[in-house]
Amino acid sequence: MSEHGTEIEGSGGIPERFTNPGLPPHVSRSADLDERAAHRAERQVATLFTLSMVATVIFLVAYFSIDQKTYRFIPGIGQANLSNVVLGASLGLSLLCIGLGAVHWARTLMPDTEVAEDRHPQRSSDEARRDAVETLAAGGTASQLGRRPLVKYAVGGALALVALPQLLVLAGGLGPLPKADLSTTFWRKGMRLMRDNPTPTPIKASDVTLVSVFHVMPEGIDKSPHVLEEKGKAAVILIGIDPALIQVPKERDWGHDGIVAYSKICTHVGCPVGLYEHRTNHLLCPCHQSTFDVAQDCKVIFGPAHRPLPQLQITVDAEGYLIAAAPFQQPVGPSFWERG
Amino acid sequence: MSPQATPKGADSLRADDVTLEDITEGSKAKARAGSLAGWLDDRTNTARPTSYLLKKVFPDHWSFMLGEIAMFSLIILLLTGTILTFWFVPSAGRVIYNGSYVPLKGIPMSEAFKSTVDISFDVRGGLIVRQIHHWSALLFTVSISVHMFRVFFTGAFRKPREINWVIGTILSLLAINEGFTGYSLPDDLLSGTGLRAAEGFMQSVPVLGSYLAYFVFGGAFPGEAIIPRLFTVHVLLLPAIIIGLFTAHIVLVAVHKHTQYPGPGKTNDNVVGYPFMPVYMAKAGGFFFVVFGITALMAALVTINPIWLYGPYDPSPVTAGSQPDWYMGFADGALRLFPGFTEFNVFWFTLSLNVFIPSLVVMPLIYTIAGVYPFIESWVTGDKREHHLLDRPRNAPTRTGLGVMAISFYLILFVAAGNDLIAIKLGLSINDITQTLQVMLLVVPPLAYWVTKRICMSLQRRDQDKVLHGRESGRVVRTAEGRFFEVHEPLPEHERWTLVQQEILTPLQLTARVDENGVRRKSTRRERLRAKVSSFYFADGVAAVTPAELAAAHHDGSAREAIETGQDSGDHDVSDPAWVGQLHGGADERPETDAYASDEDGAEPAGPASAP
Repeated sequence: MSEHGTEIEGSGGIPERFTNPGLPPHVSRSADLDERAAHRAERQVATLFTLSMVATVIFLVAYFSIDQKTYRFIPGIGQANLSNVVLGASLGLSLLCIGLGAVHWARTLMPDTEVAEDRHPQRSSDEARRDAVETLAAGGTASQLGRRPLVKYAVGGALALVALPQLLVLAGGLGPLPKADLSTTFWRKGMRLMRDNPTPTPIKASDVTLVSVFHVMPEGIDKSPHVLEEKGKAAVILIGIDPALIQVPKERDWGHDGIVAYSKICTHVGCPVGLYEHRTNHLLCPCHQSTFDVAQDCKVIFGPAHRPLPQLQITVDAEGYLIAAAPFQQPVGPSFWERG
Repeated sequence: MSPQATPKGADSLRADDVTLEDITEGSKAKARAGSLAGWLDDRTNTARPTSYLLKKVFPDHWSFMLGEIAMFSLIILLLTGTILTFWFVPSAGRVIYNGSYVPLKGIPMSEAFKSTVDISFDVRGGLIVRQIHHWSALLFTVSISVHMFRVFFTGAFRKPREINWVIGTILSLLAINEGFTGYSLPDDLLSGTGLRAAEGFMQSVPVLGSYLAYFVFGGAFPGEAIIPRLFTVHVLLLPAIIIGLFTAHIVLVAVHKHTQYPGPGKTNDNVVGYPFMPVYMAKAGGFFFVVFGITALMAALVTINPIWLYGPYDPSPVTAGSQPDWYMGFADGALRLFPGFTEFNVFWFTLSLNVFIPSLVVMPLIYTIAGVYPFIESWVTGDKREHHLLDRPRNAPTRTGLGVMAISFYLILFVAAGNDLIAIKLGLSINDITQTLQVMLLVVPPLAYWVTKRICMSLQRRDQDKVLHGRESGRVVRTAEGRFFEVHEPLPEHERWTLVQQEILTPLQLTARVDENGVRRKSTRRERLRAKVSSFYFADGVAAVTPAELAAAHHDGSAREAIETGQDSGDHDVSDPAWVGQLHGGADERPETDAYASDEDGAEPAGPASAP
């Protein structure tokens, strides 16, 4: 204490620390002192429980009387499913009123004098701990595990191996090995580029005006037994771009007269890269905002992706429809270890 | 047995029967309860544990409700989830929709999606159950997180509760994964895109990625296996683990007895509050209905996850503004911020760290750090005692600073998951936002640590000031010489205790380098590190006011300031005895109520330690 001034040095009468003054005096609530206030609280609690019953009845009536398909304008929400709103609101009120009633009851009428309960350390007595250790050790000795190493190693081995059958059944029965599946798509040489509509139609090169965008699938993909799996790899975006803007010769060569086709599956984690900004010729992935520059062979210019979108080499057939000149030359979609 | 009864042969068999007379000190209802309980106790020996549990005391504080909200939303989830399973069809089988929602008529979709649309439009009350289920899932994860914050900032994870903290951390991690598996089930466009990304995450695992993805999805994405597998995980595997761990969590709370905030009458050896029966039965039971009721009202008034607007999953359509449920936001944000140049080739192989780290490393890492924190802190403080009194966050400035640092890191990741929405709503460039967030992720957390620690310390100083000089009363007084003072009222004892009860802690110190025989002691590198971290942890601590300091402040208001600033301000000279003890700074004050008067002034020394 010396640093606090000489006046109080060695002031024996002052304790080191303050002492806990104990529980503050209890302050009575109005319901404790005034019978009328207690009656009022009783009525409030009963009213809340009654409201809950009313709300439950409203729910029951609404369940049978409101048509599932009725839409009404509800102030503050707008056009909403009437049945959902009424059912939910009445259910909510019936529950909420029970809750509020119980809490109000506890707060106004039940005793509010705090009581103290003693705590005891978690640690058991030394004797109990010693006893536990001794029992364990005695059991170990009695089992003769230490004396008979043959049993020890045999039981250890058996228990270690016995989980294998279950694990094998589980792991062995899981999906097929990927093999080359991730590196190939539905695209074959000569397949037409089809509009990705419920009824796919081929695309004439003359349909693709400057800065127009087509979402494309290979011809015949809707007949595949695994439509979604194939679509997940084969989706392509077709863009008409001013050939003068194209900065990479390969891109111009693989396209047709300024029409270029790129995989629509993001090289980051596989979302469809579907947002095309035609003023800047940028393709943007809506999931994590990787941005690809179509003028630079879909190089990544922003965002978490690393690799450019793979280009699909296209040409036109005799009738003037766009076709694939070759399948994709590299795996599409997210990276994986052995893609290289 | 009434004495008038005629003895019968079988009476000896009924000697143990409980009769009304045996227990009727009260009403008939009590007797009936008694005989039912007696029947049960005869068979289960539960009388003692029952009365122990009914009498169990729970302390009262609003922040203790956070964990209750999590518990109750879990119950709501189990109830509504069970109802939903009766109609949901966990199958990726293709069907053509022909239900009552006109815009989707004739569109091919999975049975999972169709059954979810049917629940929403054709099952009476189905939509409300679905929406309650989804809203309470959000509430579940929010309340777990905020409950974790409460436990962290009050130091409730300290011994003996470290195990329960670890269980809680695991529960939190399981809860967000349970949420993810749940919202992926309807197989709509949004959740399908989320699954697509999840498949990309698995592919990014070094060496095993493509195998992992093909094993989990049963082949190429999306395949028909993932929906039923997710369903089993969502309704059986994860709920079973969550319920098991949750039960352990609650049992440990009962074993340890709930922590309590410091205050008058509350010690480390007691728990002060209200007994379970009847107060907590009504309060907590009622609170379940409140949580359920509010969730139902939200479900009635606010649409959530309108999958019929998104449509069935198809790998190619554009999904702009695709955000996951909030609790997956930080992981999505990490993916958006992690730079692309971290993908590179190793010989003939591709190492895609730009995906692997944010998607599969960040989340487990965050949870591991959270899980081991109690052990690190107790190593740093060297504190191995049991703690049942909570810390006020300001009294543990380093811990509070670290917590806020972690939260700020998390929040920046979370905000990053909405970078596209921010760009659209505020008309800003998405590139600028993303780059700003990348910088913020590195700069803001340390800054948040520093600012929080300073705020804690100034709050501690404010407490100190309040104890030493009392509370500002708002009454301004002019003395005869024309000086103005604000009257300060000394704090009542019960109020003061909360501000002075905290322990005065000191960092661990290395033992002397040289022992008593003059031999150099070797301190290991580990010990030196520990001492260094410990002094970092306790640096700049503001100690609680001691009675001596209070007495000194009362004796001469400027003394403490003088000690602290190193100079004597010396202008507190108020001679009018009417204001003694009430003027700012406590100049010359010596109120009658002052228990710890210094004996120099001739006052009777008071207080427990005063006996000579």
